[in-house]
Amino acid sequence: MTSGLWERVLEGVWVTIQLLVLSALLATAVSFVVGIARTHRLWIVRFLAGFYTEVFRGTSALVMIFWVFFVLPPAFGWQLVPLWAGTLALGLTYGAYGSEIVRGALAAVDPAQREGGIALSFTPWQRMRLILLPQAVPEMIPPFSNLLIELLKGTALVSVMGMGDLAFSANLVRLALQESAEIYTYVLLIYFAIAFLLTRSMRGLERKLKAGVGKAPRKKAAAVRVPEGSGVS
Amino acid sequence: MTWDWGAVADFMPYFWDGLWVTLQILVFGSLISFALGLVWALLMRAPTRWVTWPVGGLTEFVRNTPLLVQLFFLFYVLPEWGITFSAMTTGVFAIGLHYSTYTMQVYRAGIEAVPVGQWEAATALNLPLRRTWTVVILPQAVRRVVPALGNYVISMLKDTPLLMAITVLEMLGQARLFAQQNFQFTEPLTVIGVAFIVISYLASLALRALERRLVH
Repeated sequence: MTSGLWERVLEGVWVTIQLLVLSALLATAVSFVVGIARTHRLWIVRFLAGFYTEVFRGTSALVMIFWVFFVLPPAFGWQLVPLWAGTLALGLTYGAYGSEIVRGALAAVDPAQREGGIALSFTPWQRMRLILLPQAVPEMIPPFSNLLIELLKGTALVSVMGMGDLAFSANLVRLALQESAEIYTYVLLIYFAIAFLLTRSMRGLERKLKAGVGKAPRKKAAAVRVPEGSGVS
Repeated sequence: MTWDWGAVADFMPYFWDGLWVTLQILVFGSLISFALGLVWALLMRAPTRWVTWPVGGLTEFVRNTPLLVQLFFLFYVLPEWGITFSAMTTGVFAIGLHYSTYTMQVYRAGIEAVPVGQWEAATALNLPLRRTWTVVILPQAVRRVVPALGNYVISMLKDTPLLMAITVLEMLGQARLFAQQNFQFTEPLTVIGVAFIVISYLASLALRALERRLVH
């Protein structure tokens, strides 16, 4: 491979990373808003949030990308720059998966914590911000880490719309060289390297957040298990 | 925004063709992923690291790289090595391989959840290893993991449109073809979007019913 072709691949890596960061930010925002809305007092808010989750989890990410690229422009009379269209489709889809993680982690916080907040006459918002979220967020990190890898894999889908990401650059190189084994091997390895870095940094983040609420990471917690029947249950 | 029911009616014959192909991909892809996932899970329990490390590394690699690029890899590279399959066969194999790296973890959890007493009883009864697996461990493990496997079938359904990229005419492929020929994008894309939501919702209801039956 010539250096010119490598430049194409590097440009592709850059687009993939931009898309990954932007859609991860949007997906996180959507996850928390929708996930928290699903614990709301009013049934209509819970219903709307649940409806959103079902719709966006139910459809395919690729179909959603097609929809944002082809149906939104004529329907609403404006067209998004490809990067933002991709971000919107991926962020909304993976945000729906993330909202289930947020809801699950909030539901897993010991009910006594919530009751304690009520007894101290915290407002619902204070309970969420000061009691529930600080305990729930560290538990969300491992599933969010898996979702982030899924999102990285999802970014490859925008290449179908002709956006110049890493998967698209592989296609360009294939057409230029009339040979595919080498470039596709490299591209798969690059994706794997990005995924590896993401997994590692999410593990570091988990350790940091768990230390913040006085919990050890999973491994250590298992090592100091209290023996059964010792009176400390 | 204009909505043309005529276009929907024109698209429906192609839609049914696409749905049929999608369901075929789903059925064969699931079967491959169930079988191959079990093979990986069993290989990962081999006593030597000469087996577990390559298998672990390979499955980790397949799980962490995009299915789309894997599809392109198999579609363009295999013919260079002199192996030619139809796009459909390549796609079904790729999706089955990709999901086998997920089902493998499901099987592993299921096998680990079988109580130790079952293994000990098998040893006490002097069952050979083969019979321990086929009549004691696997029947209990597989029963436990059916709901989790079903979840992956639903995920797989949502990944079937990727096969469009290697020229398979499943639902999205049909919709795109129709849209490009008639310059009507809104109707076919919306129809298949709704179809995906409906199918995966019905599938998740069916799965929940199955789960309830397996528990009792």
